[in-house]
Amino acid sequence: MGAMNEQALAKYTNNFLREVEERVEEGEWVKMCMQCGVCAGSCPFGPDWEHSPQKIFMMIRAGKRDEVLSSDSMWMCTSCYNCVVRCPRELPITQIMHGLATYAQRLGLAPKMNPTRKFSLLFWDNCTRTGRVNELKLALGLYFMDGLVAGIKKAWAMRNTGLGLLMAGRLNPFEILKGHECKDKAGIQRMLKKAYEIEEKRRGFAK
Amino acid sequence: MTEVVATSQTIVVVGGGISGMTAALEAAECGRQVLLIEKTPALGGRTALLYRYFPKLCHPTCGLEINLRRLKSSRNLRVLTMAEVTKITGARGDYSVSLKLSPRYVNENCTACGACSEAVEAAIDNPYNYGLSKMKAAYLPHAMAYPQRYVLDPSIVGTPEGEKAKAACKYGAIDLGMKQETLEIKAGAVIWATGWQPYDAAKIQPYGYDRYPNVITSLEFERLADPHGPTGGKITRPSDGREAKDIAFIQCAGSRDENHLRHCSRICCMASLKQTQYVREAYGEEGKSTVYYIDIRAIDRFEDFYRKVLADKTVRFVKSKPARIAEDRKTLDPVIHGVDTEGYHRYASRHDLVVLAVGMEPAVKGADIPHEIVADSSGFIESAASGGFFGAGCASNALDVNRSVQSATASALRAIQVVRKSDRVEA
Ligand SMILES: Cc1cc2nc3c(=O)[nH]c(=O)nc-3n(C[C@H](O)[C@H](O)[C@H](O)COP(=O)(O)OP(=O)(O)OC[C@H]3O[C@@H](n4cnc5c(N)ncnc54)[C@H](O)[C@@H]3O)c2cc1C
Ligand code: SF4
Ligand code: SF4
Ligand code: SF4
Ligand code: SF4
Repeated sequence: MGAMNEQALAKYTNNFLREVEERVEEGEWVKMCMQCGVCAGSCPFGPDWEHSPQKIFMMIRAGKRDEVLSSDSMWMCTSCYNCVVRCPRELPITQIMHGLATYAQRLGLAPKMNPTRKFSLLFWDNCTRTGRVNELKLALGLYFMDGLVAGIKKAWAMRNTGLGLLMAGRLNPFEILKGHECKDKAGIQRMLKKAYEIEEKRRGFAK
Repeated sequence: MTEVVATSQTIVVVGGGISGMTAALEAAECGRQVLLIEKTPALGGRTALLYRYFPKLCHPTCGLEINLRRLKSSRNLRVLTMAEVTKITGARGDYSVSLKLSPRYVNENCTACGACSEAVEAAIDNPYNYGLSKMKAAYLPHAMAYPQRYVLDPSIVGTPEGEKAKAACKYGAIDLGMKQETLEIKAGAVIWATGWQPYDAAKIQPYGYDRYPNVITSLEFERLADPHGPTGGKITRPSDGREAKDIAFIQCAGSRDENHLRHCSRICCMASLKQTQYVREAYGEEGKSTVYYIDIRAIDRFEDFYRKVLADKTVRFVKSKPARIAEDRKTLDPVIHGVDTEGYHRYASRHDLVVLAVGMEPAVKGADIPHEIVADSSGFIESAASGGFFGAGCASNALDVNRSVQSATASALRAIQVVRKSDRVEA
């Protein structure tokens, strides 16, 4: 994190809730949570993650900045929207969870070894490069994420699925060389750059 | 034909529950002419269907009895039952009210001897037990009903059953030829006291009220506990009639929820606290109540009652709004799933019976009143542009009986101010 960002964050010392409200997507909703527990009880992850949305929102209010931003819970959310449809206060819970994950990533505080984080980065990089998702490269990148040996093992385990996709015409082996692209690749990149700029300004990020 | 004398000095009160009765009596006892209009065949409203009142756990019949005595001795008060308002036009001090009167098929000669009911065999769903039991199609609404006059259900009129009832009556009280009537009357002020209705529990999908027999509403639970109710006062399970000793109460069922009712219904925390004491009364130390709540709202002096229940070892409190209810296929036991806010523990708790503390919504939503009124976002009445139209009791807000009565008294005072003004104009 650059010195400018350090400076931008200084005003939030001891007020993590305000930081989330101003800098995280849909963060202004967090204060509306009444801690009823419906989202936590509705989440299919149930006992399998440490911090349910309810708990995350309480931790934000309690100023537990490090625990929240380094939590892997936000990265586990599957966007099933069970919590959103049931929340009596209509909090956009799924969006807040993803907003927190993005924010943590930007500050470099997200858990490094979390597989969903790695996948997200891989996916984003893959699809913004050409404006199209290159399925083959994405899959291979995913398999070899944990090293060569692990990758070969995974690819071998998945060989029948791959073959099936190939037969159905859903996977083109020549994608490994070039892959299909958008017509105006440069246009896409310009658009994304602008979007980053706007977002950074709005959320108070220094370049 | 029904004859009604009403002028621009008359106060019309719509709805004969505790609020409407109170408003009507207060105004009549101040010497004002009052016409009380009730949709059903008897006065009393929802309170007549409660087993006991919080916080003193006294019987609702007691308060009802006092009001009925006042009503019988008042010369200024006229009651019309089975009557509905279809239209109101005009403004403060000068309203025209259109009424529709449904036939009761029983006239003033009725002595409430009950012979017609014995003679009739046809049965209908008993609305006073929320359809949990059946009753004869010739009936007295409930023991305290005013007027003490039987009613024939329209479904048996024109059938041999209707003739059976008529033949059984020794007093010539049954008139099968009665027709629906319409009336047009004058009024100076209108008090709207149409009360509340329970929020439709089936709309709270994850709780399965429409799917699981052992998930019931707090209103149905009042009837189960009442000796005049469908089980004769035994607290049993609808699925198998077994004694329900382990009972869960789920608070805010439909209230404080943007997907359902936005407002806090205010009385349901106290109602559930009261109902835990029905369980204790029925089963002593063997009974077990669990209250699932967001926070307990026992306002003002009700706090004492809450403290008393907190000290009761048969009652457990779980700070959590349950996420969903499932059902054990074999036993049909409801199983509540959720996360406890005090410690974030996950639970899946089995109970014999689940009672949903359903929310209150206005019986006649603002938009359905045949007159232009101002209502809040939940449909409770605030006022009317025409100036002489007032909400009272649960038609104006989610209130307990005590606060309903206060609100009704206030509305009577406002209505009197209106008709006093029109006195002077005409003098
Ligand atoms: C489960 C439960 C338990 C409760 N227990 C308690 C308790 O222990 N103590 C307590 O203080 N409060 C209790 N309450 C609250 C209590 O029921 C209300 O405060 C009370 O019923 C309000 O009276 P009301 O006259 O305003 O309305 P209502 O009782 O609803 O009466 C309205 C009347 O208007 C009539 N009406 C409706 N529409 C029309 C129309 N269009 N034309 C003519 N007439 C019409 C109805 O037939 C009815 O007779 C409880 C509520 C619930 C849900
Ligand atoms: S369901 Fe909504 S109000 Fe309830 S704890 Fe979750 S976010 Fe908060
Ligand atoms: S959207 Fe995410 S947080 Fe919400 S219930 Fe689904 S997995 Fe859980
Ligand atoms: S209608 Fe006749 S038979 Fe029925 S209760 Fe009244 S008096 Fe008795
Ligand atoms: S009174 Fe209690 S149960 Fe009823 S809506 Fe309010 S908080 Fe919920």
